[in-house]
Parts: sequence; C-alpha cells; structure tokens
Amino acid sequence: MSAPAKPSALFYNATTRLLMRVLRSLAVLRESKIAIAGCTLVVFWIAVALLAPLIAPFPPNAQIQPFAVPLAAAPDGGIFLLGTDQLGRDILSRVMWGARTVLFFAPLATASAYIVGIVMGLAAGYFGGWADDVLSRVSDIILSFPVLVLYILIIVTIGASGINIIIAVTFASAPGVMRIVRSLVLDLRTRNYVAAAQTRGESPWYIMLVEILPNARGPLIVDSCLRIGYVIITIGVLGFLGLGLPPPDPDWGGMINESRALALAFPHMTIIPCIAISSLVLGFNLLADGIREVSLHD
Amino acid sequence: MLIFTVKRLSLMILTMLIVSLLLFVLLELQPGNVATKVLGPYSSEEQRTLWLEANGYLEPVWTRYLSWLSGILTGDFGDSIRFKVPVADVLWPRLWNTAILGFWTFAILVPLSLTLGVLAGMREGSALDRAISITSIITTSVPEFASAVFLSAIFVFALGVLPGTSGMTDGFDPLQLFLPVMVLILYDVGYVTRMTRASMAEVMTTPYIRTAVLKGLPFSRVVFRHALRNALIAPFTVIMLQVNWLLSGVIVVEFFFAYKGFGGLILEASLNQDIYLIEACTMVAVFVAVSTQTLADIGYTYLNPRIRLA
Repeated sequence: MSAPAKPSALFYNATTRLLMRVLRSLAVLRESKIAIAGCTLVVFWIAVALLAPLIAPFPPNAQIQPFAVPLAAAPDGGIFLLGTDQLGRDILSRVMWGARTVLFFAPLATASAYIVGIVMGLAAGYFGGWADDVLSRVSDIILSFPVLVLYILIIVTIGASGINIIIAVTFASAPGVMRIVRSLVLDLRTRNYVAAAQTRGESPWYIMLVEILPNARGPLIVDSCLRIGYVIITIGVLGFLGLGLPPPDPDWGGMINESRALALAFPHMTIIPCIAISSLVLGFNLLADGIREVSLHD
Repeated sequence: MLIFTVKRLSLMILTMLIVSLLLFVLLELQPGNVATKVLGPYSSEEQRTLWLEANGYLEPVWTRYLSWLSGILTGDFGDSIRFKVPVADVLWPRLWNTAILGFWTFAILVPLSLTLGVLAGMREGSALDRAISITSIITTSVPEFASAVFLSAIFVFALGVLPGTSGMTDGFDPLQLFLPVMVLILYDVGYVTRMTRASMAEVMTTPYIRTAVLKGLPFSRVVFRHALRNALIAPFTVIMLQVNWLLSGVIVVEFFFAYKGFGGLILEASLNQDIYLIEACTMVAVFVAVSTQTLADIGYTYLNPRIRLA
C-alpha cells in the first residue's frame, strides 16, 4: 500500500498542472501575429513595472534639474534619457514607476468589476424571473449614464484616491460584464451537463460557478483584455482631468495634465507619457483581437 | 410596432425618473450640505438655517423632491453658484456649442466609418481588410487626451497651421473646430468601422449573396443592391449609441482645447461643487443618452422587417 501523497505535493502538482495549461494556451497564440505583437507590448510594460526599482536611473520623485531636454547630462554624471519635467524629475524614471501604478490599479479594478459583474450575471441568467428583472434594470440605469459623467460624479462625491478609483470602475463596469455573462448563461444553462448537475442535486451556486462559468470563459477572456485597456484609459483620463491619484507619485494621466501648460516649449514632457499609455492600451487591444482570431480557428 | 414604441418610451421616462431620484438622494438629501455648498464653507449656522427656511428646505423630503422635479421639467434649474446666474442661462448656450461639435463629428464620422467598414467587410481577409482592421485597433487604443497631444504636436507646434486652443474668444472661428473634431473622430472611427465590418462580413457569407455572385452579377451590384441594405442595420444602432460615448469624449476634448461647451461645463460644475449646475447637466446628459438609445431601439426594430412584421 502506497503512502498517501503529502498535501504540499498535491498542491505542487495542481500548481504545475495549472501553469502548464496556461503556458500551453499561450503557445497557441503563436498562430496570430497580432497576438504576438500585443503580448510583446503587454509583457514589456509588465517587465518595466516589475523592474522599475532596479532599472529606473533616478528616484521618481527626486527634483534634480528642471526643464532638461532629452539626452541632457545630469549633474551627477548620468544622462536624462527622456529629459526632466517642470519640477526637475527624470521623466524616464517617472514613466517606469508610472507603469507600476497603472498596472497595479487597472487589473485590480478590472478584477473587482469582473467579480461583481460575474456574480450579478450568473444570478440574473440562471435564476431568471425577478432577480433578472431587478439586476437588468439596475444595469440599464447605470449604463444609461455617459460613462465619464458617472466617473466624475462618483469621484467628486467620494474623493480621489486609489481605492475610490477601484470602487468607481467597479460600479461603472460591472453592469457591462453582467450583460455579457447573463447572455452566455442564458445559452449555457440549457446544456445537458447542467441538467445532469441539477439531477445530482448540486446547489445553484455550485452549478453556476463550477459547471457554467468555466464554459463561458472564452468570450470573457477577450472582453477582459479589452476592458483592462479601457480601464487604463479611464485611469489616465481621471488623472488628466485632475481627479486621479493624488500627487506626487507618478501616474501617466497626471503627468500629462501637469506638463500640458508647458507643452508649447517642452513637448517631450507631455508626449512621452501619452506614448506610454497608448502603447500599453494598444497591447491589450491587440492581444484581445489575437485571442479572438485564434479562438475562431479552432 | 406601436405597442413596442409606447413600451420603450415609458421605459425611458421611468429611467429618467429613477436617475432624477438617485441624483436628488445623492446631492440634496441632506439640506445642511446644500446650504454649505450654496453659502460657502465660512457661512454661519444661523445664515444656513435662514437660507434653508427661505428656500423651502425644511419641508418633508417628498414635497421637496416633487417641487425639485417640477422645477427641472419646466426648465427652472435654480441658480448656478459659480456663475451667479440662472443655470439655464449657461446651460443652453454651452449645449448648443457642443451640438455644433457633435454635428461635425458625426457628419464626418458616419460616412468615413461606414465606407471603411464596408470596404473591409466585403472581402474578408483581403490586404485592404487587414490594413483597415489593424489601423482601427491602433486609433481606438489612443485615448482622446493622447491623440489631442499628438495632433497638437503635429498641427500646432510642428506645422503651425491650426490654433492650439478653441476658446472662441474672438467670436466663432471654424479653424478652432478642426482639432477637437479630429480628436473625437479619431477615437471613435475605429470602433464604428469594426462594427460595420463585422456586419458586412456576416452578410457576405449568407446564401443569398452567394446566389447573387454565382448567377453572375457584377460584384459592385451585389454589394450595393444586395448586401448593403442588410449590412447597414446593425451599424445604425452602433452609431446612435456613439452619442453616449461622445458625451464622455467631449468632456476630455473640451477641457483640453478650452472649448466652451457642455462637457467642459459639467466638469467645471463638478469640480466646483456647483450643485444645481451638476444636477441640470447630469439630467440633460442622461436625457440625451437615454433618448438616443430609445431612438436606436425603435429605429432598429423599424429597419429590420423580420422584427417589424413578426
């Protein structure tokens, strides 16, 4: 008789298997040039965000020498590769640290919107009846607001901070997620495996989360890539309007807002963060398109 | 069809009522807050109480909500705290300015994106389709504030052919409309193009198009006479819904170019806690958004005979 496997070994096996599956599905993306381009951009910015403390040439908030143009020499012998801003902070370092900010808040806010939206959508689609009526009506009302008006109202009411941005994004995006999940569930709940689970006497939430949700993942993965890109834009817009994360910590939208008045004399201060945010959003959008393309081939 | 229209319209009114209630609860439920915002943070307790009494804020909540609502329905929004004039006096001229911006945006956006979408969708997978699709992903990825910076850098700083702000301080100047309209179009054109392309590509795979091609009709006749009619139903809804997006877009664009429009007004009102102006702007914004959604729904049903005659 063999000894039962240790829990740690079991955990290790499960993790390796999950990792292998993720890697295998990533390998499928090789088929699409668009997906590779998107993946490259996203991975590049994730790497920059993770390595920012190691590769940033200067501390992001250190005021060294204002209005240096790109490639100017720094007083300590280094080089301001992308110049400095109006307060003398190195733009390259701020863009790198800003990647950290945006790649921390955007996925977190998107995930939070997804959790709320998925629970709402599962309940609306699976239970139907009054639950569906109430949830759909609430979503309709939230979605009838022009989205930026909604963000401004929320942020002005509860104040600008990291956690409040996550709350605002969740509030404004969850209804959109809910609609997608709901329509997928309406289709999936008529499948045989759901009927089988119902006959086995599984609880409704077990059926929704274990039987239905995994089978709805395809469209949701594509949507989450698009949505994360949109959340990045939203965080940028809020920063640009002066409603984003409080200074001085670097945030791309805020950098654009602060340097905008000087753009005539020093366009690099404004253009560089614009390129950063556009390329990151482009990465996620290309990735979404590539995944959709690959999934249509199967 | 008639029943559907009536149903859709009553749903719209219900939505507006709920939004007005939400707004009232959010901004006016506590009279003390209103008094502080109107009279400023340095007003005395006594002043606030007097003001509340004089303006009927000590009545029961429902009476207050109803009189507030009837004020909004008759166009009496109260006085703007920031501009010191009735809200209606600032609101309508600003809305008109934004309507001009919106008109030109749509006048260029619609034909442009429909043409590109049809060109891309009629031969799915062709080089032209790939080029249009990738370009539209790229333009959709650039946020409005970034494309405003890029376009300003090119047309204002490098070439010096367009003005960088659109304040219209010396009267109306069409040149100042160029950049805001370009930014709005650039962000939206990709999305509408992709939707048109998807609709067109789907129609091109249907049996009746194959029949038309196989019986030897010229390709242009197949596209114009057979495919377009069905392919343009879905984009109609998409275009109507762009009004809602545009209302977000104008906030950024008007702020960037200092254009005196509705989007700039709503931002200014919110940042200054100008409570009556926020209420009026939000109600107008939601009204525009909801009524275009309703129009889109009714129009879609009308355009699609399979639903209309069912």
